[in-house]
Amino acid sequence: MREIIEIPAEDAQSDMDSILKNLGMPSKNAIPENVKQLLKKAKEIFLERSQPVFLFAEITVPEFETVYFGEGQNEKITPVEQIFKKADSLALFTLTIGEKISSEIEKLFQTSEFALGGVLDAVASAGTDKAADFMEGHYFKLLKKKGKVKPKAVIARYSPGYCGWHMSGQKKLFEFLHPQDIGITLLDSFLMRPLKSISGVMVVGDKKIHIFKDTYPFCSICKTRSCKDRIRTLSGKAKTNEKGVM
Amino acid sequence: MDILKEITEGIEQGDDKKVMESTRRAVEEKIPPKEILDRGLIEGMNLVGKKYKTHEIFLPQVLLAAKAMHVGMDVLKPLFIKGGMPDRGKVVIGSVLGDLHDIGKNLVGIMLTGAGFKVIDLGVNVSPEKFIQTAMQEKATIIGMSALLITTMPVMRRVVELLKQEGLGGKIKIVIGGAPVSHEFAQEIGADAYGYDSTNAVEVIRELIK
Repeated sequence: MREIIEIPAEDAQSDMDSILKNLGMPSKNAIPENVKQLLKKAKEIFLERSQPVFLFAEITVPEFETVYFGEGQNEKITPVEQIFKKADSLALFTLTIGEKISSEIEKLFQTSEFALGGVLDAVASAGTDKAADFMEGHYFKLLKKKGKVKPKAVIARYSPGYCGWHMSGQKKLFEFLHPQDIGITLLDSFLMRPLKSISGVMVVGDKKIHIFKDTYPFCSICKTRSCKDRIRTLSGKAKTNEKGVM
Repeated sequence: MDILKEITEGIEQGDDKKVMESTRRAVEEKIPPKEILDRGLIEGMNLVGKKYKTHEIFLPQVLLAAKAMHVGMDVLKPLFIKGGMPDRGKVVIGSVLGDLHDIGKNLVGIMLTGAGFKVIDLGVNVSPEKFIQTAMQEKATIIGMSALLITTMPVMRRVVELLKQEGLGGKIKIVIGGAPVSHEFAQEIGADAYGYDSTNAVEVIRELIK
């Protein structure tokens, strides 16, 4: 199965908490009026300019093994290699909200509209994550329709550059998936263009396979520790969300 | 109210109209432009930096203040036409070769400008040679490099090596920053300092040029 799906910009609009988190603002604080205005304007620009689209293709465990071990630069032991081998289904993906948003952010900074540029960047990053959640939901529903989802199964995504999966893994991922079909290209540094793009693998399987401790050697230098939030959300959602989407 | 105090208040509030009007009035009142810059605009940004550091305000408010600062500087620029705007040192900044991320680098540039430095922003995807050439041409004292990718961090090492080859090690200082970068990495490659965020970058650069 290989699909290209365009997402309406409205469905990629993120909630306020995620945007504020990207701006380093606590959601419990009152938002000053001038910041509220910026957020309103940035959301309008996001709706006008973003063009969310994703591409995904199912992949077998042996095929993914080739992609995952890529250029041989991953950390010695990683959580993902423990996870994907126990998966019920795997799909490689790339997703972007398009070049127009990045150009707009750049333009705003060049014209000294720093605040709107900074807020739009936060809105766009949150929107990219929201679009990825939409993509996960889409794939999970497809599998459900086909009766391929086991009772305790959930879906989670993992990306090169995180959790010991080296950035150079992008090379094999791109060779398999051909994301240029949705306008995403890979630079020599393995960075994607447009900037607001993400790639990786969606893993469907029992929620237990996704749970790991952040005690790998490389965890000590990780500044995000986003795995903790993901695992916490996973545990909660597996109980409450019938879609099982992280 | 003291007109310079009004300017600093306008900066703190991120009110660019107030800053423009107050700066114009300060000029009309024959306050020396250098004093307006130092005790009005830069002082305002210093206060903003302190509040940001203690989480009294957050990124959007800092960026609104930076815009107000730029508006005020635009009023003063023609008055410095002969010798150009006075500055506390020149800093060449950029995101290293292979890296197209620029938000972090932009924030550092904005905060440095707010602190009175002259910033030469080379943009993104900047080669090691370009960093060195520009720093030499502009007689900059600092090179600031940003990287958001592990794969582009080695470029920082290359810049340090090139600088030494040119015999400029120690004369031009190197500051690095970005999500995967650390103090340890800065020491490992021989960079002079590591800035963990935009306000810290200003602090370490101030220390380096003392």
